[in-house]
Amino acid sequence: MKDKPKPEENLKIKAIRNGIVIDHICHGRALEVLRILGIGEDYTDEVTLAMNIGSKKHGRKDIVKVENRDIQTDEINKIAVIAPGATINRVRDFKVFEKEQVALPNEIIGIIKCTNPACISNKDREPLKSFFYVTCREPLTLSCKYCEREVRGLNFED
Amino acid sequence: MKWSKKHIISIKDFSRDEIDYVLKKSSEMEDRLSHEKTGSLMKNKILSNLFFEPSTRTRMSFEAAMKKLGGFTIGFDYPEVSSEAKGETVADTVRIASGYSDVIVIRHPMEGSARLASENSSVPVINGGDGANQHPTQTLLDLYTIKKEFKKIDGLRICVVGDLKYGRTVHSLTNALENYDVEMCFISPMELRMPRDSIKGLEDRGIKVKESSKLNIKDSDVIYCTRIQKERFPDPQEYERVKDAYVIDNSSIEGIEDKAIIMHPLPRVTEINPEIDRTRHARYFEQAKNGIPVRMTLLSLVSGVDF
Repeated sequence: MKDKPKPEENLKIKAIRNGIVIDHICHGRALEVLRILGIGEDYTDEVTLAMNIGSKKHGRKDIVKVENRDIQTDEINKIAVIAPGATINRVRDFKVFEKEQVALPNEIIGIIKCTNPACISNKDREPLKSFFYVTCREPLTLSCKYCEREVRGLNFED
Repeated sequence: MKWSKKHIISIKDFSRDEIDYVLKKSSEMEDRLSHEKTGSLMKNKILSNLFFEPSTRTRMSFEAAMKKLGGFTIGFDYPEVSSEAKGETVADTVRIASGYSDVIVIRHPMEGSARLASENSSVPVINGGDGANQHPTQTLLDLYTIKKEFKKIDGLRICVVGDLKYGRTVHSLTNALENYDVEMCFISPMELRMPRDSIKGLEDRGIKVKESSKLNIKDSDVIYCTRIQKERFPDPQEYERVKDAYVIDNSSIEGIEDKAIIMHPLPRVTEINPEIDRTRHARYFEQAKNGIPVRMTLLSLVSGVDF
C-alpha cells in the first residue's frame, strides 16, 4: 500500500488476503458503505470495520475491509455520494494491485431517489431516471432536475 | 438566443436577457393585438392543452391566446377524461399529443411533470403549473404587469403577502426577481414562510430581504397577494387557522404610496376585499388580461414564428 499504515493502526485493522479496502471514508459513514455493498448478517467472509480512526489527512476517518469481494462501478458511484474522499483498494495476496479515488460527479443519475413524494420522479412507471445536480460539494447539496428541490438526506434507489 | 422549439419549463432556465426579451416582445404583441394584426401568426397550428388538474384562468388564457393567433386548441381539462385515469403514464400522453399538435401546454399536480413532458415531446412544451413547483408563464405576465406600470423592474420594492410556502407563483416570481436589483419583503404566517433556499437565493445575489408576520405594506411599490390554498393543506384545521390572516381592505391600504399597485394571480377568496377593486391601486384584473399578449408571445416564439 502506498500509505503504509502505522504499526498501531495495523494492530487494530487486520490485513486482508483478497478483497477490497475502502479507506478515507468520512467518519461515521462506514455502516452506510456496508449498506451500499449489501453486506449484512448473511455475508460469510471476513469483514473488518473501523470507525473514527485518527488520520493526518482527514482528522478522523472510517475504514472498511471486505474479504473475497470486488466492487462494481455503480457501488463506487454511490460511495462517492456519501464519502467523496474515499479510496478503493483492490487487494490480491495481501498487496494492493489497483487503487482508485472515488469522484463525486457534477450530476448524479439513477443512484438516489428524490425525497419529495410529490416529485414526478417518484411516480410509478414514468420512463425516467432520477437526476440530481451537485450544487455544492461541501456540505453536499443536490438539486433535483425535476422538482427543483434541494435534497436533504440521501435515499438510495433500490 | 434560440427560441424556436424551446421548452418553457422553469423560470430558472431563463437568463435576465431572455426575460427582458419576452417582456419587450409581449409589449409589441399587445400593440399588434390592439391593431388586430395577430390573426395569421399561427394560422392552422394546433395547441394541445393537457390539464391534469382543473384550471380556468391558465387554460382559458392559453386558449384565447392561441385563437387570437389564428390557431386551434385541443385537449382536456379534467384528469378524469385523460388517459392517465386509465393508467397511462404522463410521458405516453405527451408523446401522443405531440403527434397531434404543434405546441403543448401541460398542467399536472406532480412537481417536475413538465420537465418530464419536455423530454418526451417532439414539439415545444410550456409548463402551465407543476404542483407547488413552477408556473413560468404566470411569472412572465406578473413581470410584464410590473414593467408596464413602472417602465422598469430594477429599483422597485416588492412585497409578497400570503401563502409563501405552497404558492408556486410566488416561488417562480422570486426566482425571476433574483435577476433584478429589487428589495423584497415577505409577509406570511410563520407556518407559511418562504422556503429557506429561496431566501438564500435572493441573499446570495445581494438582494435586501425582509420577512415579517405583520401586514405592513406601506413602503412598497408592488404588493403581490396570494390565496391561502386549501388544497395544499394536509390538515384542514391548519387551513382554518391561517386562512384569514392577511386581508387587504381599505383600512390596510391607508398610508400606502400613491403609485403602489396591488397584484394577485387570482382566484382570490377573502384576501383582497372587493372594495379594493375600485381603488387606483388594483391591478389584478389587468394582470390577468396581460396573460394574453404574454402567452401569445411565448406560443409564437417557441413555434418559430417571427413577428
